[in-house]
Amino acid sequence: MDAHKLKLDFPILQNQPLIYLDTAASSLTPQCVIDTMNEYYTEYPVNVHRGVYQISYKATEKYTQARQTIADFINATFEETVFTRGASSALNLIATSYGLSHVQKDDEIIVSELEHHSHILPWQQVAKKTGAKLIYVPLNKEGRITVENFKRVLTDRTKVVALTYISNVMGYETPLQEIIPLAHQKGAIVSVDAAQAAPHKTIDVKKLNCDFLAFSGHKMFGPTGIGVLYGKQKLLDSIEPIEYGGDMNDNVELFDAVWKDTPYKFETGTPPIAEAIGLAEAVRYLQKLKPEAILAHEQKLKELAVKALLKLDGVTVYNPTSETGIINFNLDDVHPHDAVSFFDEDHIAMRAGHHCAQLIIKWLKVPATLRASFYAYNTEEDVKTFTDAVKKARDFFTSVGF
Amino acid sequence: MHQLENLYRQIIMDHYKNPRHKGLTDDKNYFTHHIKNPSCGDDITIQTRIENQTIKDVRHDGSGCSICCSSASVLASLMIGKDIDHAEKLTLNYLSMIMNRPFDEDLDLDDAMAYQGVKQFPARIKCATIAWKAFENTIKEWSESHE
Ligand SMILES: Cc1ncc(COP(=O)(O)O)c(C=O)c1O
Repeated sequence: MDAHKLKLDFPILQNQPLIYLDTAASSLTPQCVIDTMNEYYTEYPVNVHRGVYQISYKATEKYTQARQTIADFINATFEETVFTRGASSALNLIATSYGLSHVQKDDEIIVSELEHHSHILPWQQVAKKTGAKLIYVPLNKEGRITVENFKRVLTDRTKVVALTYISNVMGYETPLQEIIPLAHQKGAIVSVDAAQAAPHKTIDVKKLNCDFLAFSGHKMFGPTGIGVLYGKQKLLDSIEPIEYGGDMNDNVELFDAVWKDTPYKFETGTPPIAEAIGLAEAVRYLQKLKPEAILAHEQKLKELAVKALLKLDGVTVYNPTSETGIINFNLDDVHPHDAVSFFDEDHIAMRAGHHCAQLIIKWLKVPATLRASFYAYNTEEDVKTFTDAVKKARDFFTSVGF
Repeated sequence: MHQLENLYRQIIMDHYKNPRHKGLTDDKNYFTHHIKNPSCGDDITIQTRIENQTIKDVRHDGSGCSICCSSASVLASLMIGKDIDHAEKLTLNYLSMIMNRPFDEDLDLDDAMAYQGVKQFPARIKCATIAWKAFENTIKEWSESHE
């Protein structure tokens, strides 16, 4: 993979200095995705499933094909692939619909401190409303979820296992391939937050055998405002929608109504049409680059960077062994918000704060952290600029008295 | 040269490293206002005692970056002893200055002038205003109870 050549696909990287190290928040958008969405708005900007005129037919066809492309991407069927506003909405749908109707008092829901707020808060609500217990997998010394520790909390009362595939703060991959069969042996279902996995891992929901899985378009070259909920067909058939209105029903009577089959019963209202078509284009772009090649590339960059950072005094890296392109670190005694302004002046964009994952920040016992995340379009020069800037920043803050 | 060097000048660093009037009180005669910025974790509490239209004391505590924490110390130092109407004017003037709106340069903001450079870092405006907004809320609460 030639990252220098790849940069040319991204309009935001032309004609301005920008070292973009915040892909874990949102990836940059390639021209082909922008063009595909523009094409919708210029050539057939109309609703789907409604009109019988030509351009509406075209819109419906493109939208339908988009769903199939995305279903194929994760080895799911068309019916198992539900469009949502993003990973957050998808994860909320799982907890609200499946969770509230299947979890009872004293049941156990296994979660972890590595979860993004969008995967912990919905289950925290389910626990509060049903009287079920939230059980946290103890993290190991590095902050990882291990199979051993998972076994320790798995019981006959476990009804739901809700875990992240890859942590957005530590970049660790959860050993789901081993955890999922163990959960199934106890009759629990497994909900997977794949928001950080989809951008650089080939996801095969059949092989993984997860029950639900969610991801967002904007972290994998796609647009904002769209995400995907995957659910096993029989589960999606058996649960209720959480939003009601146009498009999701078959027959409406005065005092009752009948829903369409999945995926439509979960998708009321005019869908994000341009976004769905844009996401399908993003999937094609990602597949052309090959997720494994992207992961290998970003990992190489991350290792280069970590090696340089570990040589510096006054810099703490919290996840030196992570297997993805995420570095979570701090300048010692410098609040990340002070630090991030320094990097911003060097046109280095990265994240400071708790990354919507306060539990792991508390686990680390720090007020907040800096996060740099590498992706396909980052180069070794970016790494050098970044690590040089960290050194300069550390020297600067020391010089002014931090 | 980094713009940041202009910003992190002695005054700010001094109040960051040696904060004045820090630490909260249980005294019920103080107004307490707390502001948290959940996206970055800045979290500041300002306590104020007002008697006879005069700011008698200001206390602060919390956690956050250098700009956020130091500005609470600067605020407290500036406000103690001021008449409430004047304190309100100073507060509005400071907030205008930080948000790059017209402000009265003749009004003496003392050490708080050091924060003028924050407007060059739009992402940090929130850091520099949290403590002052909490103080502004205090004045509002006082005014409402003295109408
Ligand atoms: C691991 C993880 N889960 C869930 C989300 C939520 O995604 P979104 O904000 O697109 O709904 C994110 C992104 O912020 C994430 O990193």
